[in-house]
This record gives sequence, structure tokens and C-alpha cells, in this order.
Amino acid sequence: MKNICLYFQLHQPFRLKRYRFFDVGQDHYYYDDYLNKLILKKVAQRCYIPSNELLYSLLTEFGGQFKVSFSLTGILLDQLELYAPEVIESFKKLAKTGHVEFLSETYSHSLAVLGSTEEFKNQVTLHKEKIESLFGMTPTVFRNTELVYSDAIGEQVSKMGYKAMLAEGAKHVLGWKSPNFLYYNVLDPKLKVLLRNYKLSDDIAFRFSNHSWSEWPLTSEKYLQWLKGSPANEDFVNLFMDYETFGEHQPVESGIHQFLDHLVRLIIKDPETGFALPSEIVESHQSVGPLSVPYPSSWADEERDLSAWLGNEMQKEAFNKLNSVRNLVLQANDEDLSRDWGYLQASDHLYYMSTKFFADQAVHNYFNPYNSPYDAFINFMNIVSDFIIRLEKKTKRVVYKGIPIDELTGAPLNDAITEYEGVLKILRQKRGPINKVTDSKLLKSSNTKGPITKTSKKKKN
Amino acid sequence: MRVLMFGWEFPPHISGGLGTACYGMTRGLAYCGVEVIFVVPKSYGDEDQTSVKLVGASQVPIKRRTYAFTEERQFGVEAIKTSHALEMTYIEVGSKLLPYLSPEEFQKYSHEHLQKNELSLHEFDNGTTRGSSVLTEVVGTMEFTGKYGPDLMQEVSNYALVSSEIAHEQTFDIIHAHDWLTYPAGIAAKRMSGKPLVVHVHATEFDRSGENYNTVVYDIEKSGMEQADLVITVSNLTRNIVINRYGINPDKVVTVYNAVEPGTESGAEVFVKAVDEKVVTFLGRITYQKGPEYFMEAANKVLKHSNNVRFVMAGSGDLLRKMIRYAARLGITEKFHFTDFLKGRDVDNMFAVSDVYVMPSVSEPFGISPLEAMRSNVPVIISKQSGVSEILKHAIKVDFWDVDAMADAIYGLITYESLPLMFQHYGRDEVNNLRWENAALLIKNQYTNLLSSRNNPL
Repeated sequence: MKNICLYFQLHQPFRLKRYRFFDVGQDHYYYDDYLNKLILKKVAQRCYIPSNELLYSLLTEFGGQFKVSFSLTGILLDQLELYAPEVIESFKKLAKTGHVEFLSETYSHSLAVLGSTEEFKNQVTLHKEKIESLFGMTPTVFRNTELVYSDAIGEQVSKMGYKAMLAEGAKHVLGWKSPNFLYYNVLDPKLKVLLRNYKLSDDIAFRFSNHSWSEWPLTSEKYLQWLKGSPANEDFVNLFMDYETFGEHQPVESGIHQFLDHLVRLIIKDPETGFALPSEIVESHQSVGPLSVPYPSSWADEERDLSAWLGNEMQKEAFNKLNSVRNLVLQANDEDLSRDWGYLQASDHLYYMSTKFFADQAVHNYFNPYNSPYDAFINFMNIVSDFIIRLEKKTKRVVYKGIPIDELTGAPLNDAITEYEGVLKILRQKRGPINKVTDSKLLKSSNTKGPITKTSKKKKN
Repeated sequence: MRVLMFGWEFPPHISGGLGTACYGMTRGLAYCGVEVIFVVPKSYGDEDQTSVKLVGASQVPIKRRTYAFTEERQFGVEAIKTSHALEMTYIEVGSKLLPYLSPEEFQKYSHEHLQKNELSLHEFDNGTTRGSSVLTEVVGTMEFTGKYGPDLMQEVSNYALVSSEIAHEQTFDIIHAHDWLTYPAGIAAKRMSGKPLVVHVHATEFDRSGENYNTVVYDIEKSGMEQADLVITVSNLTRNIVINRYGINPDKVVTVYNAVEPGTESGAEVFVKAVDEKVVTFLGRITYQKGPEYFMEAANKVLKHSNNVRFVMAGSGDLLRKMIRYAARLGITEKFHFTDFLKGRDVDNMFAVSDVYVMPSVSEPFGISPLEAMRSNVPVIISKQSGVSEILKHAIKVDFWDVDAMADAIYGLITYESLPLMFQHYGRDEVNNLRWENAALLIKNQYTNLLSSRNNPL
């Protein structure tokens, strides 16, 4: 019996509106409501709703023979509540069939795991609570944002009580090994690792409607043979993909829903194949050996690493800048600030800054609101600047390069002193010696516009 | 393969991008094994002025010499050894063609300066100029134009007459003419020799004058393009203008992007910036086409929020005075500086002290200056209405009229530390890959197609 493990990922970021530097300190709302609503409605209509309906009919028709697992980011759930609450209802319906599993992840679809352990834990807990409250289930398997995984990350996740985690079956991770086995984390053998079969997953997710693909058109009969084609001792196949595959990445008109419908029926009809949930595979299988992933891998691009989010200097600056103010966010303890802090951490904002898109254009451009990575970076940083000003106001602390000045030590402390001394000098020069009369004069004149006659000494001749 | 090429300037005597482009292109062609005979009208202070009035081929001073590309450099893996390929024939024709001037301006400047008689020749005798030196060039040659009579069209047709004579004397396979001043020469040479004509459009009348274009110039451009067997444009932006505004058959219009000569790594003595603030630079002719007022408006917005910045407008042109008055009116002259035109070394120094380079052109067929800036590791903001924006990836692109976006980009570049690093890592490499050898190879392929389609008509 070959079990097919279906896992679908759902996420849409809160895209940011055009935010100029002169908005900093003036405008504290960062999101492009129109665009977000438009995209979410479109995706709900073309993908989430029809796909859920299809899965619901299959789940009810076949009882426990058909199973499927999901993870929905907290940010997506927030947007669904705002713009398409019917989708949440439809997921609740799916959950009630009893054959659906929800996985854990970070609330914000963030890369917090690379920044702060505390923040990571916090976001995972938030997400878990959200899933419990909506669907009444407690996830036991973890999937990290963009399937980012390494030995150390796995160890951390294990400590948080999860029994298994998903990862990309990347070539550089697996070498000669097959993704169709269960492995365990090399640092903490309690944590099992389920690997994505990227070849078979991407045949559907990326290639299904590609007319120049040699296997086009892909029929469910042909695909079933591929699923059964792996060696007999490999008794499961992990198909992990974006849920947007069904109706969005692969358009409705491509027949992707019919393909899925027919494939599920074929798999159930065939005595050699069936379905299993991630947690069931972990329960029913022995792991075959340790998996060593010293450097973080992901499911993105050719490289399957972090370079799509942290590959260039801009991305690193943006990531570090935002992370540097975490303590202030905690201290502020303000609902709005915490919400914005979470939404800004979505990895999508970093993804838009990737200069790799010059090569991998098609995927990176999907729903990308920016013209260029430079554009994305400047817009994001303007917003972060405003966010930090709000934090400073709320906490009544002054921040120097991301660190509250009362926490500065060492070289940054000296830099700050030099800089502020310079500023003080300028301010003192501007004021002149302390004198009541001039001060009041200065106050008056500061309201008038700059003198018009201050002119053209610098012009030519 | 041998090409008879008509230009109107060549280094070191250049006043704008075209001379630089011709230099790079001919050198690239030489590298690809194409022989070039380069004909250029040229003014000398010590020429016998009277001769040109009597334009008969034999009476025109024609200087012919072999031009050797002096700056030897490594062309990729195998440096080519064939010495002949790094030479070309260089012909100078006594003529007074002035680049970048409309016929009206040509006439106006010559009258003004003759009447005022305020400028002596030696004052402007500075040969090599770069970038933004229209006034200098114009004035430097005024005395000649006066004697010739103020009719630029006469000069253009004189050049054409001489060209047909040259075409008669030389043997070649293809004629290649750069911009409208030389189109009549190219057409004449085609008539004389029956060889195919390529016209190269570096700029159109619409780029130079907007909608108030000169119909005579337009007609010359149109006839050059119509009679050409192939039209090469420096960008798709220009290609579209050629097709839509001049009604040229798209099949014979191809785009070949310009390239840039690699920067000198050594950079002898690096000019050191003396001010603490970030420096944001505009460098170019201060004319309608270059969009200086958008730069100033963006500067004004940035200065309202940041004290740590100075703006420089380097160049000269008919809007210079207006710009100075505008800066005064905005009250930003404390932080907004004018340099008048810059040349040679000063241009390099300007780039050396710049933290951001802005090219807000309203209409720029190509625009080579951002490439020069990037070669010096300077981040660039370019208008989407420039040809160069079609090929550059590591540049910030804004609409010329979108002052908010321009200001935002400037602010970002002077504020967020990683941006300059990005340009150091990627921008310079990108520019160094835009090589004239590659552009010249594309041109050579076009020549080959043209010749083979002639020999094997369908």
C-alpha cells in the first residue's frame, strides 16, 4: 500500500501601501486595503471556495478513505475574517469531517526562527491558539514558513512539543536518499522529519498547465502511474504544495480541479494506493535514519535555501532592523503596535526585495506590488522608520540604530555619543548664546518661511 | 567588410554622448574585424574660412589619416593580435556642424555673439569637453559660423556634397550615418555608390524639442530613415518613435543598445569629498529634455525632511538661469549648488563625491551618463522615459514627473545603509558587462544580413 500524504499551504500577506518618507511620523496605517481585499476575494473565489467544496464532497463521499492536511497562516486567517469569512466557515466544515489535519506554523508567516527564539515560540503559540479556537484541534506536526528547516530549527521545534516537522526533500539535503521515507532529526531523534517529494509535487504545482512541458497534458491516469512508480519499500509519497495551485497558480480553466477530483478517485479505487495524514505517517512508520541539514533549507527557487529572503544586503538590513526593536514592542505592550509588528514580519516583504527575481521572475512576480526590489526595500524601510518612531513615543525611549539608548554599550554607545554631540553642536550654534530676547525672536521667526533673497552667489560667473 | 561611416564628432573633440558612442562603436567594430572609414566634419580655428563658401569637392579641406586605437586593452580571453583591426581610416571635412543645436538656435547664437563681440576665441579654446558643454561649443565656433552665414542647413548640405565625393573615392560595402546632420551625407553617398545605407538614430527631433519640433529637421530625419535600408535605434523607446512618429516600416528598424567603455580600475588619485553631507547629483545639459526642474522639486521635498544632504546641478543650458531663480524662490540655495558645465576630470571628480546620481530626463533615447556613474559605484535613479532603463536592472526607475517617487528614492539612498552596498556589489558588474564588443557584434550581424539579402533578393 502506497499512501499519499497531501498537504496544502495557505497564505496571503498584508501587502503594504505606497509609503513615502514624508509620510513617516504622519501616517501610521501601512496596508493597501484595496489591493489586499481585491486579491483575497479573487483567490477565495477562484481557489479557496471551489477547492474546499471539491474536497468536502470527496471527504464525505469516501469517509476515512480520503484525507488531507492544511496549514493556514494567522495573517491569512485575519484577512479571511475581514474580507471572506465564508472561507473560514468552509474550513470549519472540512474540519468537522474528522479527516482533516491542521499543522502548526508561525502566525505571521515569518522568519522569526532565524531572529529570536522567544519571538518564534511566541508566534507559534499564537498560531496554535488561533487554530484551536477556530477548528477545535491541536496541531501536533509543525511546518515552518517556506519549509525552512535545519538541524537546529528541528531541535527547537521538538522542544516545543511537536513530534514531527515538514521539510523540503532538496537534492543538496538528501543526496542519494529518497524523500519517501521517514527520517529523524540528527540533534533530537524524537523529532521525525517528513520530506516533500519535490519532483511529484511540482509536476502539479508548477508544471500542470505548462504547454511546453514534454508531459503536457498531465492526466490523472499518468500521474497515478508516477506515484506508483517508486520502489516497493517506499510506501508513502509526500505531496506538499500551495493551496493556490488549485485555481490560481494553475488556472481554473486548466482543468486542475477536475484533475484533482479524478486523481483522488483513482487513488482510492486502486488497491495499491491510499491516503494518510502527516501525523498518521509519523505514528505508523519507523524512521529509517538521521537527516543532517546543518544549513537552513527551504522550498523556494532552484537553490532551496534562504537566498530568496536574506540573499542581499537590503534584505538583511530590513530583517535586522525590524528584529532589533523586539524588546521595545514587548515593553510597549500595545495591541496596534504588536499587530503591525507581526504583519511587518511576513517573509513576503523580504521576498519582494530579492534581486534574484531577475532570473526567477515568474514566481517572484506573483502578486508582487512593486516594480523592483529597490522599490520594495525603500517602501518597507520607510514604514519601519515610522513604526520605530511610534515605539519610541509609546515607550518614551530613544532608539539609536534599533537599540534603546539606555541599553547601548561598547562601540554603538560611542557612535551614538559622537552623533548626538554633533547634533547638539548644530543646535547650540543655531540658538546662539542663551538670551531671553533672542529666544523669543527665534520662536517668532521660525514660523515664517525661509528668506527669499538668500540667493545666487553660487551661480556661474 | 568595410563601412563608410558619417559622424559629426569624435573624441577628443566631443560635446555630448554621440562622440563617445561613435568611439566605442568603431572600436568594437574594429574588434569584430570590420574596417571603418570615419568621416567627420570638423572646425579648426586656423582654417581658411573662405574655402567653404565655394563648396566644390576639390576645394573642401579634407584631412585623412589612420586612426589607431591607442588604449590597448584586453579583449576577453584572447587579446587580438591583428594590428590592422585596431585601426581605422579617419577623415575630417571642413564644416561647421554643431551638435545639439536646432537651426534656430544655431542662427540665434551666432548673431548674439557676433553682435556683442564679447567673447574671444581663446577663452573657449578648450578642445575636450564632456557632457554638458553646449554653450562652450557653440560660442567657441561662433566666429566661424558668422563668416559662413548662419544657415545650418547649408552646412548640412555642404557636408552631403563633400560626402558624395568621398563616397566616390573610397571603396566600401555599407554606409552608416549617425543622426540627422549626417543623413543627407549618407543619402548622397548611397546615390553615388549604390551601397546599402544604415542610419543610426541616437536621438530624434521629438527628443530634442518636444512637440514644438522643427519641421525641416523632421523632414531630413524622415527622409534619411525612409531611404535607409536599415534603421538602428539606441532603445525600444526610440524605435517606437521612429515607427509611430516617422511612419517607418517596423521590419527595418532594430534596436542595438549602446554600451560603455570600462572604467579605469586604478582611479589615480581619488578625489576626496570635503562636505559631511550626502551629495546628490544631476549632471547634464540643463534643458527641457533633461528634466532639471523635477530634480529640483524632488530636492526641495528631501531638504524639508533631511539636513544631511546637498544637491548639485552640474551642467549648462538654456534653463540654467531659470533653475537658479527657481532654487532661490524655493529658498534652498544653501543646500543646492550649481557648477555650470563640467568637463574631463571634473566630471570624474563629481562622480567621486556623489552619493546618488539622478537622471530625470523627460525624454532620453539612451542616456549613457548613469552608466558612467554606476561605473564609479554611484547608485542611480533614472527616469522610465530613458532608453537605458530598458536594460538596467540595478537602478531605481521612476517616472520623470513623479517627483514624490524621485524624492523617496533619493531619501532612501541617502538614509538606508544597505542600498549603496547593493550598487557596489551589483551595479558596477552590470555596467561592466555592457560592452561595446557585444553591441558592435550585433551591428556587424545586421550588416551581414543586409548584404546577404541584397545579394540574394527574394
